[in-house]
Amino acid sequence: MGLIDSANPLSDKMIQVLDHEGNFVRPALAAKWDDKTLREIYENMVFLRMADQKLISLQRQGRSGSYPSIEGHEACQIGSSLAIKKTDWIFPAFRELAICYMQGMELEKIFLYWMGNEWGSNAAANVFPVSITVGGHPLHATGYAWALKLQKKPDITVSYFGDGATSTGDFYEAMNFAGVLKIPTIFFCQNNQWAISTPCSKQTAAKTLAQKALACGIPGIQVDGNDIFAVYAVMSEASERARKGLGATLIEAVTYRFGNHTTADDAKKYRPQKEVDAMRKFDPMLRLRLLLQKKNAWDEKFEKEVIARSEEKVRAAVEKAEGFPKPKPKEIFDYLYEKLTPALEEQKAYLLNHLKTYCSTP
Amino acid sequence: MALLTIAEALNQALLQEMTNDNRVMILGEDVGQDGGVFRITDGLLQKFGEERVADTPISESGIVGAAIGLAAAGMRPVAEIQFDGFVYPAFDQLICHAARMRNRSRGKYSCPIVVRFPYSGGVRALEHHSESMEVLYIHTPGLKVVCPSTPYDAKGLLIAAIRCPDPVIFMEPKRLYRSLKEDVPEESYEIPLGQARVMIEGTDATVIAWGSMVPIALKAQASFAKENVSLEIIDLRTLSPLDTETILNSVKKTGRCVVIQEGPRTCGLAAEISALIMEKALFDLKSPVERVTGFDVIPPLLQAEDFNIPDDKRLIAGIRKVLA
Repeated sequence: MGLIDSANPLSDKMIQVLDHEGNFVRPALAAKWDDKTLREIYENMVFLRMADQKLISLQRQGRSGSYPSIEGHEACQIGSSLAIKKTDWIFPAFRELAICYMQGMELEKIFLYWMGNEWGSNAAANVFPVSITVGGHPLHATGYAWALKLQKKPDITVSYFGDGATSTGDFYEAMNFAGVLKIPTIFFCQNNQWAISTPCSKQTAAKTLAQKALACGIPGIQVDGNDIFAVYAVMSEASERARKGLGATLIEAVTYRFGNHTTADDAKKYRPQKEVDAMRKFDPMLRLRLLLQKKNAWDEKFEKEVIARSEEKVRAAVEKAEGFPKPKPKEIFDYLYEKLTPALEEQKAYLLNHLKTYCSTP
Repeated sequence: MALLTIAEALNQALLQEMTNDNRVMILGEDVGQDGGVFRITDGLLQKFGEERVADTPISESGIVGAAIGLAAAGMRPVAEIQFDGFVYPAFDQLICHAARMRNRSRGKYSCPIVVRFPYSGGVRALEHHSESMEVLYIHTPGLKVVCPSTPYDAKGLLIAAIRCPDPVIFMEPKRLYRSLKEDVPEESYEIPLGQARVMIEGTDATVIAWGSMVPIALKAQASFAKENVSLEIIDLRTLSPLDTETILNSVKKTGRCVVIQEGPRTCGLAAEISALIMEKALFDLKSPVERVTGFDVIPPLLQAEDFNIPDDKRLIAGIRKVLA
């Protein structure tokens, strides 16, 4: 029996493989990653956290719009990405920088989106645009995977969302559709304990979020979302099940939001700093570093190299994103429909003429 | 050619599009075995199977949300929502996602879905079964809104809607489903979206109608014809994008205009048309534009619904006002 079949989603004994001190508690479940691979994974964590922090500082400098930090979610997103294919389709909520990058989106496109340009959602990768409204997009992943099934394609879809989304009706409707139609999709919930200021205890009286799958007849499983080995193991199995025609899985990855909800928010107003400090020891990046240290695969020199390489990649991405052409006024009209409607033609002509006559904007 | 009702013409359109294009599929509540509560999808499950005619859970947001994903992946989903008043749970999907997918992704994704539902009152139904809220969809950038009033147009417009690369709200006047028959060509054809139809040419005043109000406009026209008053009757057919050219050409010719609308008065499509005429044809007008509309009330239950729905008497009074 696999992890998912034997899981009891009512219980909050989440699947863990590597504990927070870097010791394997269920070595049989651990991916056979060699040191080189582990160092690459660690480097991605460092790099994506730096990219995340960069967006926060860009916002503070007025160079980006509001941005929701992923700090703490790296194992969820990198671990789940390693368990699926680039040909699979990702449907992100907004706190998903790492999964978008891991699935092939260029970092500069991700930056461009948060800088307030729609072209940031026009990526070559199989990644859908960010969904800002909460809970609606798991349905798109479900519909997309339904089409993949009808078209007899081998790929699957994954929607990413937080604990707050599990309170929405659309989340249930998506799982219910997926259950009835046996759709090859994965619902990946990053339970980071906080939906802006609302703690999980005010989100639901249920002991786990994973159990919400039960009512839809699909399996649910709770996993330590700060443990990249556990996330990878569970995600691999969910992905295999979906590809085999066994249908959807709800994964509740338990993690923690170290940052504010977004740059527009100050979590000190509702969340005790003590709690954040206490959670630091569960940081997914720290855990992987402790493992690397035990394996003699990490030292200060390596860390410095990683930081230097990451800084350079982040710097280049900022440069590209800031160098991207600024939107032309006509663009606000041009993508509403395949062809402009007469009313939009008129409104566009009016705006362009107005700008030409009264403003210096091109 | 065969004499068909609107219901039969819609069924034929679906049958032909599903035959011609295997990406076209239907999803909704009771659309399969039952053929839909108005039988618009009757027989399609038997012909195309469960994969292409999917009975879904009672889950309007689910139906529209799944359709968005299906469409992005290359299918051409036609979603049926059972009644006008049941669309609201799907508003987040329609307004926040379907209408925006193309713009949001700068054209990488599009949303070629059709969301069909019966609308309009006058069939003595329950609450939430008699609404005419087209303006909500018209007011949403990114959606197209279609509303046929005849069997011929119903078939051609539905085929055009299914082939349209953008999301289309397709509102079917439920009290006309079986109330009139018309010759409908056997072959497949499109009525282009965005084109109104001058149903009857006239010179003294223009009456603009759509969907359920069109037969009332025609009745008024026949009545005025006896008095040698010549009314021009326009059926908008597509409500968004609006065929402003046909409207303005007509009003410039007649100098008088009445817009009849079943839905609530304030900020309705009739108000938009009045503003359009004021901006672009004011000096051609011989009298102010008159609106004959439903009131700003909750659609009353069946015993009182006729007080709200505009009828030929109210329309005739409105026309007399602009002729005076």
